[in-house]
Amino acid sequence: MSADPRIPPAALSGEVSLPEQLADVEPVRSVRTPIRLEYDFIPGSASSGYLNAFADRKILGQRSPVDGAVFVPPRGVDPRHGAATPDYVELPDTGHVGGFCVTRLPIPGRDDLEIPYVSAWIHLDGADIGFLGLVAGIDTSEVRMGMRVRAVWKPDDELGRTAENILYWAPTGEPDIPVTAAGTNAWHAKQAAAGEQG
Amino acid sequence: MAERTAVLGVGQTKYQTTRGDVSLPGLVREAAYRALEDAELDWNDIDAVVVGKAPDFFEGVMQPELYLAEALGAVGKPLLRVHTAGSVGGSTAVVAASLVQAGIHRRVLTLGFEKQSESNATWALSLPQPFSVSINAGAGGYFSPIIRQYMARTNAPELIGCMVAFKDRQHALRNPYAHLQQKDLTFDQVVESPMLWEPIRFSETCPSSDGACALVLGDEAAGDASTKPVAWLHGAALRSEANNFPGRDEVNPQASRDCADDVFAQAGITDRRGEIDEVEIYVPFSWYEPMWLESLGFCEIGDGWKLVEEGATHLDGGDLPVNCSGGVLSSNPIGASGMIRFAEAALQVRGMAGDHQVDGARKAFGHAYGGGAQYYAMWIVGSDKPTS
Repeated sequence: MSADPRIPPAALSGEVSLPEQLADVEPVRSVRTPIRLEYDFIPGSASSGYLNAFADRKILGQRSPVDGAVFVPPRGVDPRHGAATPDYVELPDTGHVGGFCVTRLPIPGRDDLEIPYVSAWIHLDGADIGFLGLVAGIDTSEVRMGMRVRAVWKPDDELGRTAENILYWAPTGEPDIPVTAAGTNAWHAKQAAAGEQG
Repeated sequence: MAERTAVLGVGQTKYQTTRGDVSLPGLVREAAYRALEDAELDWNDIDAVVVGKAPDFFEGVMQPELYLAEALGAVGKPLLRVHTAGSVGGSTAVVAASLVQAGIHRRVLTLGFEKQSESNATWALSLPQPFSVSINAGAGGYFSPIIRQYMARTNAPELIGCMVAFKDRQHALRNPYAHLQQKDLTFDQVVESPMLWEPIRFSETCPSSDGACALVLGDEAAGDASTKPVAWLHGAALRSEANNFPGRDEVNPQASRDCADDVFAQAGITDRRGEIDEVEIYVPFSWYEPMWLESLGFCEIGDGWKLVEEGATHLDGGDLPVNCSGGVLSSNPIGASGMIRFAEAALQVRGMAGDHQVDGARKAFGHAYGGGAQYYAMWIVGSDKPTS
Protein backbone atom coordinates (compact mmCIF):
# COMPACT_ATOMS: atom_id res chain seq x y z
CA MET A 1 0.00 0.00 0.00
CA SER A 2 3.04 2.24 0.09
CA ALA A 3 3.21 2.74 -3.67
CA ASP A 4 2.15 6.08 -5.17
CA PRO A 5 -1.59 5.67 -5.89
CA ARG A 6 -1.34 8.04 -8.85
CA ILE A 7 0.85 5.55 -10.72
CA PRO A 8 -1.00 2.46 -11.98
CA PRO A 9 0.54 -0.92 -11.10
CA ALA A 10 3.40 -1.79 -13.43
CA ALA A 11 1.59 -4.80 -14.86
CA LEU A 12 -1.25 -2.53 -16.02
CA SER A 13 0.79 0.29 -17.52
CA GLY A 14 2.36 -1.24 -20.59
CA GLU A 15 3.23 0.80 -23.71
CA VAL A 16 0.37 1.32 -26.17
CA SER A 17 1.53 1.45 -29.78
CA LEU A 18 -0.62 2.91 -32.56
CA PRO A 19 -0.75 1.68 -36.16
CA GLU A 20 1.50 3.84 -38.35
CA GLN A 21 -1.38 5.44 -40.30
CA LEU A 22 -2.71 6.91 -36.99
CA ALA A 23 0.65 8.28 -35.85
CA ASP A 24 -0.15 11.94 -36.61
CA VAL A 25 -3.82 11.87 -35.54
CA GLU A 26 -4.85 13.86 -32.47
CA PRO A 27 -5.78 11.36 -29.74
CA VAL A 28 -9.49 11.19 -28.82
CA ARG A 29 -9.94 11.18 -25.03
CA SER A 30 -13.71 11.13 -24.86
CA VAL A 31 -16.82 11.53 -27.00
CA ARG A 32 -20.15 12.95 -25.81
CA THR A 33 -23.10 11.23 -27.46
CA PRO A 34 -26.48 12.49 -26.17
CA ILE A 35 -29.07 9.73 -26.16
CA ARG A 36 -32.84 9.85 -25.74
CA LEU A 37 -35.47 7.33 -24.89
CA GLU A 38 -39.17 7.93 -25.48
CA TYR A 39 -41.73 5.81 -23.72
CA ASP A 40 -45.39 5.73 -22.70
CA PHE A 41 -46.07 5.63 -18.98
CA ILE A 42 -49.09 3.54 -17.97
CA PRO A 43 -49.86 4.28 -14.32
CA GLY A 44 -51.33 1.60 -12.11
CA SER A 45 -54.84 1.96 -10.73
CA ALA A 46 -53.83 4.02 -7.69
CA SER A 47 -51.76 6.52 -9.69
CA SER A 48 -54.45 6.67 -12.43
CA GLY A 49 -57.09 7.65 -9.89
CA TYR A 50 -54.75 10.23 -8.40
CA LEU A 51 -53.70 11.81 -11.71
CA ASN A 52 -57.23 11.78 -13.22
CA ALA A 53 -58.62 13.57 -10.15
CA PHE A 54 -56.08 16.36 -10.58
CA ALA A 55 -57.86 17.41 -13.78
CA ASP A 56 -60.89 18.25 -11.55
CA ARG A 57 -58.74 20.10 -8.97
CA LYS A 58 -59.07 17.20 -6.57
CA ILE A 59 -56.35 15.54 -4.50
CA LEU A 60 -56.98 11.87 -3.78
CA GLY A 61 -55.30 9.74 -1.14
CA GLN A 62 -55.87 6.16 -0.06
CA ARG A 63 -56.66 4.86 3.41
CA SER A 64 -54.97 1.92 5.10
CA PRO A 65 -57.54 -0.76 5.97
CA VAL A 66 -55.36 -1.70 8.97
CA ASP A 67 -55.00 1.52 10.98
CA GLY A 68 -56.66 4.21 8.87
CA ALA A 69 -53.45 6.03 7.88
CA VAL A 70 -53.98 8.10 4.72
CA PHE A 71 -51.34 8.01 1.97
CA VAL A 72 -50.85 10.71 -0.67
CA PRO A 73 -49.90 10.19 -3.42
CA PRO A 74 -51.64 6.82 -3.20
CA ARG A 75 -49.54 3.84 -4.37
CA GLY A 76 -52.14 1.12 -3.83
CA VAL A 77 -50.44 -0.30 -0.77
CA ASP A 78 -49.71 0.42 2.89
CA PRO A 79 -45.97 -0.38 2.98
CA ARG A 80 -45.96 -0.98 6.76
CA HIS A 81 -48.55 -3.74 6.71
CA GLY A 82 -48.27 -5.01 3.15
CA ALA A 83 -52.01 -4.32 2.82
CA ALA A 84 -53.80 -3.21 -0.36
CA THR A 85 -55.45 0.23 -0.07
CA PRO A 86 -58.46 0.15 -2.44
CA ASP A 87 -60.40 3.02 -0.79
CA TYR A 88 -59.80 6.57 -2.01
CA VAL A 89 -60.13 9.60 0.27
CA GLU A 90 -60.61 13.11 -1.09
CA LEU A 91 -58.25 15.52 0.66
CA PRO A 92 -58.43 19.32 1.03
CA ASP A 93 -55.82 21.50 -0.66
CA THR A 94 -54.63 22.84 2.69
CA GLY A 95 -51.93 21.56 5.02
CA HIS A 96 -48.60 22.48 6.57
CA VAL A 97 -44.91 22.49 5.73
CA GLY A 98 -42.87 19.61 7.20
CA GLY A 99 -39.18 19.44 6.32
CA PHE A 100 -38.00 21.80 3.58
CA CYS A 101 -34.93 22.81 1.60
CA VAL A 102 -33.96 26.25 0.30
CA THR A 103 -32.38 25.32 -3.04
CA ARG A 104 -29.84 27.71 -4.49
CA LEU A 105 -28.72 25.83 -7.60
CA PRO A 106 -30.55 25.07 -10.84
CA ILE A 107 -31.86 21.55 -11.51
CA PRO A 108 -32.00 19.79 -14.87
CA GLY A 109 -35.28 20.31 -16.74
CA ARG A 110 -36.59 23.16 -14.55
CA ASP A 111 -35.06 26.29 -16.04
CA ASP A 112 -38.29 28.08 -15.10
CA LEU A 113 -37.61 27.83 -11.34
CA GLU A 114 -36.22 31.07 -9.94
CA ILE A 115 -33.37 30.57 -7.49
CA PRO A 116 -33.56 30.41 -4.52
CA TYR A 117 -36.72 28.34 -4.23
CA VAL A 118 -38.19 26.22 -1.44
CA SER A 119 -39.00 22.55 -2.00
CA ALA A 120 -40.97 21.19 0.94
CA TRP A 121 -42.74 18.13 2.25
CA ILE A 122 -46.38 19.25 2.29
CA HIS A 123 -48.50 17.45 4.89
CA LEU A 124 -52.14 17.81 3.81
CA ASP A 125 -54.86 18.07 6.42
CA GLY A 126 -56.16 14.52 6.80
CA ALA A 127 -53.09 12.84 5.24
CA ASP A 128 -50.47 10.92 7.23
CA ILE A 129 -47.45 11.21 4.94
CA GLY A 130 -46.03 14.25 3.17
CA PHE A 131 -45.52 14.85 -0.55
CA LEU A 132 -43.23 17.26 -2.38
CA GLY A 133 -44.35 20.77 -3.23
CA LEU A 134 -42.95 24.18 -4.10
CA VAL A 135 -43.52 26.87 -1.45
CA ALA A 136 -43.80 30.43 -2.78
CA GLY A 137 -45.56 33.70 -2.12
CA ILE A 138 -43.25 34.31 0.85
CA ASP A 139 -39.59 35.21 1.30
CA THR A 140 -37.52 31.99 1.49
CA SER A 141 -36.08 33.08 4.86
CA GLU A 142 -39.63 33.22 6.32
CA VAL A 143 -40.55 29.58 5.58
CA ARG A 144 -40.94 27.47 8.74
CA MET A 145 -41.62 23.86 9.69
CA GLY A 146 -45.27 23.84 10.77
CA MET A 147 -46.29 26.81 8.56
CA ARG A 148 -49.90 26.51 7.25
CA VAL A 149 -50.24 26.54 3.45
CA ARG A 150 -52.88 26.34 0.71
CA ALA A 151 -52.48 25.21 -2.92
CA VAL A 152 -52.34 27.79 -5.72
CA TRP A 153 -53.74 26.05 -8.83
CA LYS A 154 -53.25 26.63 -12.53
CA PRO A 155 -56.21 28.31 -14.31
CA ASP A 156 -59.05 25.89 -15.20
CA ASP A 157 -58.23 25.85 -18.92
CA GLU A 158 -54.65 24.73 -18.20
CA LEU A 159 -55.48 21.81 -15.90
CA GLY A 160 -54.19 18.39 -16.90
CA ARG A 161 -53.85 14.95 -15.34
CA THR A 162 -50.74 15.93 -13.46
CA ALA A 163 -49.43 17.00 -10.06
CA GLU A 164 -48.01 20.05 -11.89
CA ASN A 165 -51.55 21.52 -11.73
CA ILE A 166 -50.55 22.93 -8.35
CA LEU A 167 -48.24 25.83 -9.16
CA TYR A 168 -47.08 26.23 -5.57
CA TRP A 169 -48.18 26.31 -1.95
CA ALA A 170 -48.72 29.73 -0.36
CA PRO A 171 -48.94 30.60 3.34
CA THR A 172 -52.50 30.96 4.69
CA GLY A 173 -51.49 33.27 7.53
CA GLU A 174 -53.02 30.93 10.15
CA PRO A 175 -50.97 30.18 13.29
CA ASP A 176 -48.21 27.57 12.81
CA ILE A 177 -48.57 23.98 13.93
CA PRO A 178 -46.06 23.28 16.75
CA VAL A 179 -42.88 21.70 15.34
CA THR A 180 -43.38 18.73 17.68
CA ALA A 181 -46.64 17.93 15.85
CA ALA A 182 -45.49 18.90 12.34
CA GLY A 183 -44.21 16.81 9.42
CA THR A 184 -43.22 13.27 10.36
CA ASN A 185 -44.04 14.07 14.02
CA ALA A 186 -47.71 14.55 13.08
CA TRP A 187 -48.52 10.83 13.08
CA HIS A 188 -47.12 10.30 16.59
CA ALA A 189 -48.89 13.44 17.88
CA LYS A 190 -52.17 12.13 16.42
CA GLN A 191 -51.69 8.68 17.98
CA ALA A 192 -50.91 10.26 21.36
CA ALA A 193 -54.02 12.48 21.16
CA ALA A 194 -56.19 9.50 20.22
CA GLY A 195 -54.72 7.57 23.16
CA GLU A 196 -55.66 10.34 25.59
CA GLN A 197 -59.22 10.44 24.27
CA GLY A 198 -59.62 6.66 24.24
CA MET B 1 -21.68 -21.69 13.03
CA ALA B 2 -20.44 -19.29 10.39
CA GLU B 3 -16.99 -19.75 8.87
CA ARG B 4 -14.53 -17.16 10.22
CA THR B 5 -13.79 -14.59 7.51
CA ALA B 6 -10.82 -12.28 6.95
CA VAL B 7 -9.99 -9.31 4.75
CA LEU B 8 -6.78 -10.47 3.03
CA GLY B 9 -6.21 -7.54 0.71
CA VAL B 10 -7.33 -4.01 -0.06
CA GLY B 11 -6.95 -2.19 -3.38
CA GLN B 12 -7.89 1.38 -4.22
CA THR B 13 -7.43 3.70 -7.15
CA LYS B 14 -6.53 7.33 -6.64
CA TYR B 15 -9.89 9.16 -6.36
CA GLN B 16 -10.14 12.19 -8.64
CA THR B 17 -12.62 14.16 -10.74
CA THR B 18 -11.72 12.48 -14.01
CA ARG B 19 -9.74 9.33 -14.67
CA GLY B 20 -9.47 10.12 -18.36
CA ASP B 21 -6.51 7.76 -18.81
CA VAL B 22 -8.53 4.59 -18.19
CA SER B 23 -11.82 3.10 -19.35
CA LEU B 24 -14.30 1.59 -16.89
CA PRO B 25 -12.66 -1.87 -17.26
CA GLY B 26 -9.24 -0.27 -16.77
CA LEU B 27 -10.42 1.48 -13.63
CA VAL B 28 -11.86 -1.60 -11.96
CA ARG B 29 -8.91 -3.77 -12.98
CA GLU B 30 -6.51 -1.35 -11.30
CA ALA B 31 -8.30 -1.64 -7.93
CA ALA B 32 -8.73 -5.42 -8.25
CA TYR B 33 -5.08 -5.85 -9.21
CA ARG B 34 -3.92 -3.85 -6.18
CA ALA B 35 -6.16 -5.88 -3.84
CA LEU B 36 -4.70 -9.14 -5.18
CA GLU B 37 -1.18 -7.72 -4.89
CA ASP B 38 -1.85 -6.72 -1.27
CA ALA B 39 -3.28 -10.20 -0.56
CA GLU B 40 -0.28 -11.80 -2.31
CA LEU B 41 -2.71 -13.82 -4.43
CA ASP B 42 -3.35 -14.36 -8.13
CA TRP B 43 -6.56 -14.14 -10.23
CA ASN B 44 -6.63 -17.94 -10.21
CA ASP B 45 -6.97 -17.99 -6.40
CA ILE B 46 -10.36 -16.25 -6.58
CA ASP B 47 -13.50 -18.41 -6.48
CA ALA B 48 -16.16 -15.74 -7.10
CA VAL B 49 -16.57 -12.01 -7.74
CA VAL B 50 -19.18 -9.69 -6.19
CA VAL B 51 -19.54 -6.14 -7.56
CA GLY B 52 -21.62 -3.08 -6.75
CA LYS B 53 -22.19 0.35 -8.21
CA ALA B 54 -24.86 3.06 -8.24
CA PRO B 55 -27.92 2.50 -10.46
CA ASP B 56 -27.15 1.87 -14.15
CA PHE B 57 -28.58 5.20 -15.35
CA PHE B 58 -25.68 7.11 -13.76
CA GLU B 59 -23.20 6.14 -16.51
CA GLY B 60 -25.92 4.90 -18.83
CA VAL B 61 -24.40 1.43 -19.15
CA MET B 62 -26.85 -1.39 -18.51
CA GLN B 63 -25.56 -4.27 -16.37
CA PRO B 64 -21.90 -3.18 -16.62
CA GLU B 65 -20.88 -6.17 -14.50
CA LEU B 66 -21.37 -8.35 -17.57
CA TYR B 67 -18.91 -6.50 -19.77
CA LEU B 68 -16.50 -6.03 -16.83
CA ALA B 69 -16.29 -9.79 -16.23
CA GLU B 70 -13.06 -10.13 -18.19
CA ALA B 71 -11.40 -7.13 -16.54
CA LEU B 72 -12.26 -8.66 -13.16
CA GLY B 73 -11.00 -12.13 -14.03
CA ALA B 74 -14.52 -13.44 -13.50
CA VAL B 75 -15.03 -15.38 -16.74
CA GLY B 76 -16.21 -18.87 -15.83
CA LYS B 77 -16.70 -17.91 -12.18
CA PRO B 78 -19.80 -16.89 -10.21
CA LEU B 79 -20.31 -13.12 -10.66
CA LEU B 80 -22.90 -11.35 -8.52
CA ARG B 81 -24.12 -7.74 -8.68
CA VAL B 82 -25.59 -5.98 -5.64
CA HIS B 83 -28.05 -3.03 -5.87
CA THR B 84 -28.66 -0.82 -2.83
CA ALA B 85 -28.16 2.74 -4.17
CA GLY B 86 -25.51 4.75 -2.29
CA SER B 87 -24.96 2.09 0.37
CA VAL B 88 -24.05 -0.43 -2.31
CA GLY B 89 -20.30 -0.55 -1.65
CA GLY B 90 -21.01 -1.65 1.92
CA SER B 91 -23.80 -4.06 1.01
CA THR B 92 -21.59 -5.61 -1.66
CA ALA B 93 -18.85 -6.33 0.88
CA VAL B 94 -21.42 -7.86 3.25
CA VAL B 95 -22.80 -10.10 0.48
CA ALA B 96 -19.25 -11.16 -0.48
CA ALA B 97 -18.46 -11.90 3.17
CA SER B 98 -21.63 -13.99 3.48
CA LEU B 99 -20.40 -16.27 0.67
CA VAL B 100 -17.30 -17.02 2.74
CA GLN B 101 -19.14 -17.17 6.09
CA ALA B 102 -21.57 -19.68 4.59
CA GLY B 103 -18.70 -21.88 3.40
CA ILE B 104 -19.72 -21.53 -0.25
CA HIS B 105 -16.42 -19.99 -1.42
CA ARG B 106 -12.91 -19.84 0.08
CA ARG B 107 -11.73 -16.58 -1.50
CA VAL B 108 -13.94 -13.87 -2.95
CA LEU B 109 -12.98 -10.68 -4.80
CA THR B 110 -15.42 -7.85 -4.16
CA LEU B 111 -15.37 -4.44 -5.78
CA GLY B 112 -17.31 -1.16 -5.95
CA PHE B 113 -16.81 1.55 -8.56
CA GLU B 114 -18.14 4.71 -10.16
CA LYS B 115 -16.98 6.89 -13.02
CA GLN B 116 -18.86 10.08 -12.19
CA SER B 117 -16.99 11.91 -14.96
CA GLU B 118 -18.96 9.78 -17.44
CA SER B 119 -22.28 10.39 -15.68
CA ASN B 120 -24.46 13.14 -14.22
CA ALA B 121 -25.47 12.32 -10.66
CA THR B 122 -27.70 15.37 -10.11
CA TRP B 123 -29.62 14.53 -13.29
CA ALA B 124 -29.86 10.87 -12.27
CA LEU B 125 -31.14 11.80 -8.81
CA SER B 126 -33.64 14.38 -10.08
CA LEU B 127 -35.54 12.16 -12.55
CA PRO B 128 -39.14 13.33 -13.01
CA GLN B 129 -41.75 11.00 -11.54
CA PRO B 130 -45.24 11.11 -13.06
CA PHE B 131 -47.04 11.37 -9.71
CA SER B 132 -44.86 14.16 -8.31
CA VAL B 133 -43.67 17.66 -9.17
CA SER B 134 -40.05 17.96 -10.39
CA ILE B 135 -38.46 20.25 -7.85
CA ASN B 136 -36.07 18.05 -5.88
CA ALA B 137 -32.44 18.95 -6.49
CA GLY B 138 -30.52 15.69 -6.22
CA ALA B 139 -29.31 14.12 -2.98
CA GLY B 140 -28.69 17.48 -1.29
CA GLY B 141 -32.28 18.51 -1.91
CA TYR B 142 -33.47 15.27 -0.34
CA PHE B 143 -31.26 15.28 2.75
CA SER B 144 -31.41 19.00 3.54
CA PRO B 145 -34.90 18.82 5.16
CA ILE B 146 -33.75 15.90 7.31
CA ILE B 147 -30.68 17.83 8.46
CA ARG B 148 -32.95 20.78 9.25
CA GLN B 149 -35.05 18.47 11.44
CA TYR B 150 -31.94 17.30 13.28
CA MET B 151 -30.87 20.89 13.93
CA ALA B 152 -34.35 21.75 15.22
CA ARG B 153 -34.46 18.70 17.52
CA THR B 154 -31.06 19.19 19.09
CA ASN B 155 -30.54 22.98 18.94
CA ALA B 156 -27.01 22.15 17.81
CA PRO B 157 -24.75 25.18 17.16
CA GLU B 158 -25.01 26.33 13.55
CA LEU B 159 -21.38 25.63 12.59
CA ILE B 160 -21.16 21.98 13.69
CA GLY B 161 -21.49 20.89 10.06
CA CYS B 162 -18.62 23.16 9.05
CA MET B 163 -16.47 21.66 11.82
CA VAL B 164 -17.08 18.15 10.42
CA ALA B 165 -16.26 19.26 6.87
CA PHE B 166 -13.05 21.01 7.94
CA LYS B 167 -11.97 18.01 10.02
CA ASP B 168 -12.54 15.51 7.18
CA ARG B 169 -10.63 17.71 4.68
CA GLN B 170 -7.73 17.86 7.16
CA HIS B 171 -7.82 14.07 7.47
CA ALA B 172 -7.80 13.75 3.66
CA LEU B 173 -4.40 15.44 3.49
CA ARG B 174 -3.01 12.37 5.25
CA ASN B 175 -4.53 9.92 2.74
CA PRO B 176 -2.83 9.92 -0.68
CA TYR B 177 -5.88 8.18 -2.25
CA ALA B 178 -8.31 10.94 -1.15
CA HIS B 179 -9.73 13.13 -3.92
CA LEU B 180 -9.83 16.56 -2.23
CA GLN B 181 -6.37 17.72 -1.14
CA GLN B 182 -7.09 21.26 0.10
CA LYS B 183 -3.86 22.13 1.89
CA ASP B 184 -4.66 25.83 2.27
CA LEU B 185 -8.33 25.46 3.22
CA THR B 186 -9.31 27.46 6.32
CA PHE B 187 -12.30 26.99 8.60
CA ASP B 188 -13.54 30.46 7.61
CA GLN B 189 -13.53 29.45 3.94
CA VAL B 190 -15.75 26.47 4.80
CA VAL B 191 -18.15 28.75 6.68
CA GLU B 192 -18.16 31.36 3.92
CA SER B 193 -18.71 28.93 1.05
CA PRO B 194 -22.09 29.40 -0.68
CA MET B 195 -25.27 27.70 0.47
CA LEU B 196 -26.42 25.15 -2.10
CA TRP B 197 -29.22 23.34 -0.35
CA GLU B 198 -29.72 25.52 2.72
CA PRO B 199 -28.69 24.63 5.42
CA ILE B 200 -26.01 22.70 3.43
CA ARG B 201 -23.06 24.72 2.15
CA PHE B 202 -20.90 23.86 -0.88
CA SER B 203 -17.97 22.96 1.41
CA GLU B 204 -20.22 20.64 3.44
CA THR B 205 -20.92 18.37 0.47
CA CYS B 206 -19.01 15.50 -1.12
CA PRO B 207 -17.14 15.86 -4.43
CA SER B 208 -17.86 13.93 -7.65
CA SER B 209 -15.16 11.31 -8.07
CA ASP B 210 -13.98 8.56 -10.37
CA GLY B 211 -12.63 5.52 -8.59
CA ALA B 212 -12.83 1.89 -7.56
CA CYS B 213 -12.15 -0.01 -4.36
CA ALA B 214 -11.63 -3.77 -4.05
CA LEU B 215 -11.29 -6.28 -1.24
CA VAL B 216 -10.12 -9.88 -1.21
CA LEU B 217 -11.95 -11.87 1.45
CA GLY B 218 -10.92 -15.31 2.60
CA ASP B 219 -11.94 -18.08 4.97
CA GLU B 220 -10.14 -18.91 8.23
CA ALA B 221 -7.49 -21.08 6.54
CA ALA B 222 -6.76 -18.30 4.04
CA GLY B 223 -6.53 -15.76 6.85
CA ASP B 224 -4.16 -17.99 8.82
CA ALA B 225 -2.00 -18.53 5.71
CA SER B 226 -1.48 -14.81 5.10
CA THR B 227 2.02 -13.49 5.74
CA LYS B 228 0.61 -10.00 6.37
CA PRO B 229 -1.81 -8.90 9.07
CA VAL B 230 -5.43 -9.54 8.08
CA ALA B 231 -8.65 -7.94 9.33
CA TRP B 232 -10.98 -10.48 10.93
CA LEU B 233 -14.71 -10.02 10.49
CA HIS B 234 -16.49 -9.70 13.86
CA GLY B 235 -19.93 -8.80 12.55
CA ALA B 236 -21.78 -7.83 9.37
CA ALA B 237 -25.38 -6.70 8.97
CA LEU B 238 -27.86 -5.26 6.45
CA ARG B 239 -31.25 -3.59 7.03
CA SER B 240 -33.70 -1.56 4.96
CA GLU B 241 -37.01 0.27 5.30
CA ALA B 242 -39.50 2.15 3.10
CA ASN B 243 -38.62 5.80 2.52
CA ASN B 244 -42.00 7.36 3.31
CA PHE B 245 -44.51 6.03 5.82
CA PRO B 246 -46.55 7.59 8.64
CA GLY B 247 -44.41 8.52 11.61
CA ARG B 248 -41.12 7.56 9.96
CA ASP B 249 -38.15 8.88 11.94
CA GLU B 250 -36.10 10.25 9.06
CA VAL B 251 -33.35 11.60 11.32
CA ASN B 252 -32.82 8.32 13.16
CA PRO B 253 -34.42 5.57 11.06
CA GLN B 254 -35.37 2.29 12.68
CA ALA B 255 -33.44 0.32 10.03
CA SER B 256 -30.27 2.17 11.06
CA ARG B 257 -30.79 1.44 14.77
CA ASP B 258 -31.69 -2.21 14.13
CA CYS B 259 -28.68 -2.75 11.86
CA ALA B 260 -26.34 -1.23 14.47
CA ASP B 261 -27.82 -3.32 17.29
CA ASP B 262 -27.34 -6.46 15.19
CA VAL B 263 -23.73 -5.82 14.20
CA PHE B 264 -22.60 -4.77 17.71
CA ALA B 265 -24.33 -7.82 19.21
CA GLN B 266 -22.53 -10.10 16.72
CA ALA B 267 -19.22 -8.53 17.75
CA GLY B 268 -20.06 -8.83 21.46
CA ILE B 269 -19.56 -5.10 21.96
CA THR B 270 -21.46 -3.37 24.75
CA ASP B 271 -19.48 -0.12 25.14
CA ARG B 272 -19.58 1.14 21.56
CA ARG B 273 -17.56 4.32 22.04
CA GLY B 274 -15.05 2.63 24.35
CA GLU B 275 -14.43 -0.55 22.37
CA ILE B 276 -14.27 0.82 18.82
CA ASP B 277 -10.96 2.47 17.91
CA GLU B 278 -11.83 3.92 14.51
CA VAL B 279 -15.09 4.66 12.75
CA GLU B 280 -15.67 5.00 9.00
CA ILE B 281 -19.22 6.26 8.52
CA TYR B 282 -20.90 7.34 5.31
CA VAL B 283 -21.09 11.14 5.59
CA PRO B 284 -21.88 12.72 2.19
CA PHE B 285 -23.19 15.88 3.90
CA SER B 286 -21.35 17.10 7.00
CA TRP B 287 -24.26 17.01 9.45
CA TYR B 288 -24.61 13.26 8.94
CA GLU B 289 -21.58 12.69 11.20
CA PRO B 290 -23.34 13.73 14.44
CA MET B 291 -26.64 12.26 13.20
CA TRP B 292 -25.15 8.81 12.59
CA LEU B 293 -23.03 8.89 15.78
CA GLU B 294 -26.32 9.12 17.68
CA SER B 295 -28.22 6.60 15.59
CA LEU B 296 -25.35 4.09 15.81
CA GLY B 297 -25.27 4.37 19.59
CA PHE B 298 -21.80 5.89 19.94
CA CYS B 299 -23.44 8.51 22.20
CA GLU B 300 -26.83 9.44 23.64
CA ILE B 301 -29.52 10.83 21.33
CA GLY B 302 -28.98 14.58 21.01
CA ASP B 303 -25.27 14.42 21.94
CA GLY B 304 -23.69 13.71 18.54
CA TRP B 305 -22.87 17.36 17.87
CA LYS B 306 -21.09 17.57 21.24
CA LEU B 307 -18.58 14.90 20.15
CA VAL B 308 -17.85 17.00 17.07
CA GLU B 309 -17.51 20.20 19.10
CA GLU B 310 -15.18 18.54 21.64
CA GLY B 311 -12.93 17.20 18.87
CA ALA B 312 -13.67 13.61 19.94
CA THR B 313 -13.92 12.56 16.29
CA HIS B 314 -10.58 14.07 15.20
CA LEU B 315 -7.63 11.82 14.40
CA ASP B 316 -5.41 14.05 16.54
CA GLY B 317 -6.47 13.68 20.16
CA GLY B 318 -9.99 12.34 19.66
CA ASP B 319 -11.06 9.20 21.54
CA LEU B 320 -13.39 8.15 18.68
CA PRO B 321 -11.67 9.17 15.42
CA VAL B 322 -14.20 9.31 12.56
CA ASN B 323 -13.31 9.09 8.87
CA CYS B 324 -9.52 9.32 9.22
CA SER B 325 -9.38 8.65 5.46
CA GLY B 326 -11.16 11.94 4.78
CA GLY B 327 -14.45 10.11 4.30
CA VAL B 328 -17.09 10.55 1.63
CA LEU B 329 -16.73 14.34 2.10
CA SER B 330 -13.27 14.04 0.51
CA SER B 331 -13.82 11.24 -2.07
CA ASN B 332 -17.12 10.09 -3.57
CA PRO B 333 -17.01 7.52 -6.37
CA ILE B 334 -20.59 6.62 -5.34
CA GLY B 335 -20.62 2.86 -5.89
CA ALA B 336 -17.22 2.53 -4.23
CA SER B 337 -17.84 4.97 -1.36
CA GLY B 338 -19.41 2.41 0.97
CA MET B 339 -16.71 -0.17 0.27
CA ILE B 340 -14.01 2.43 0.93
CA ARG B 341 -15.46 2.82 4.45
CA PHE B 342 -15.24 -0.96 4.96
CA ALA B 343 -11.76 -1.10 3.39
CA GLU B 344 -10.44 1.75 5.53
CA ALA B 345 -11.75 0.04 8.67
CA ALA B 346 -9.81 -3.07 7.60
CA LEU B 347 -6.62 -1.08 6.90
CA GLN B 348 -6.82 0.46 10.39
CA VAL B 349 -6.95 -2.86 12.24
CA ARG B 350 -4.20 -4.25 9.98
CA GLY B 351 -2.03 -1.27 10.98
CA MET B 352 -1.71 -0.34 7.28
CA ALA B 353 -3.45 3.05 7.15
CA GLY B 354 -0.23 5.00 6.74
CA ASP B 355 -0.31 8.64 7.81
CA HIS B 356 -3.94 8.41 8.89
CA GLN B 357 -3.40 5.33 11.08
CA VAL B 358 -4.99 5.40 14.56
CA ASP B 359 -2.24 4.18 16.89
CA GLY B 360 -2.92 0.67 18.10
CA ALA B 361 -6.35 0.33 16.46
CA ARG B 362 -7.73 -3.14 17.23
CA LYS B 363 -11.40 -2.82 16.27
CA ALA B 364 -12.93 -0.60 13.60
CA PHE B 365 -16.45 0.07 12.32
CA GLY B 366 -17.43 0.44 8.64
CA HIS B 367 -20.80 1.90 7.61
CA ALA B 368 -22.78 2.83 4.51
CA TYR B 369 -26.29 4.15 3.88
CA GLY B 370 -28.23 4.79 0.72
CA GLY B 371 -31.50 5.62 -1.03
CA GLY B 372 -33.69 7.91 1.08
CA ALA B 373 -31.58 7.00 4.15
CA GLN B 374 -33.29 3.61 3.93
CA TYR B 375 -30.60 1.02 3.09
CA TYR B 376 -27.90 0.19 5.67
CA ALA B 377 -24.75 -1.91 5.62
CA MET B 378 -22.33 -2.21 8.53
CA TRP B 379 -19.40 -4.31 9.57
CA ILE B 380 -16.95 -4.55 12.44
CA VAL B 381 -13.42 -5.83 11.85
CA GLY B 382 -10.67 -6.59 14.34
CA SER B 383 -6.96 -7.37 14.51
CA ASP B 384 -7.75 -10.55 16.43
CA LYS B 385 -9.76 -13.56 15.38
CA PRO B 386 -13.25 -13.48 16.92
CA THR B 387 -13.57 -15.91 19.83
CA SER B 388 -17.08 -17.11 19.01
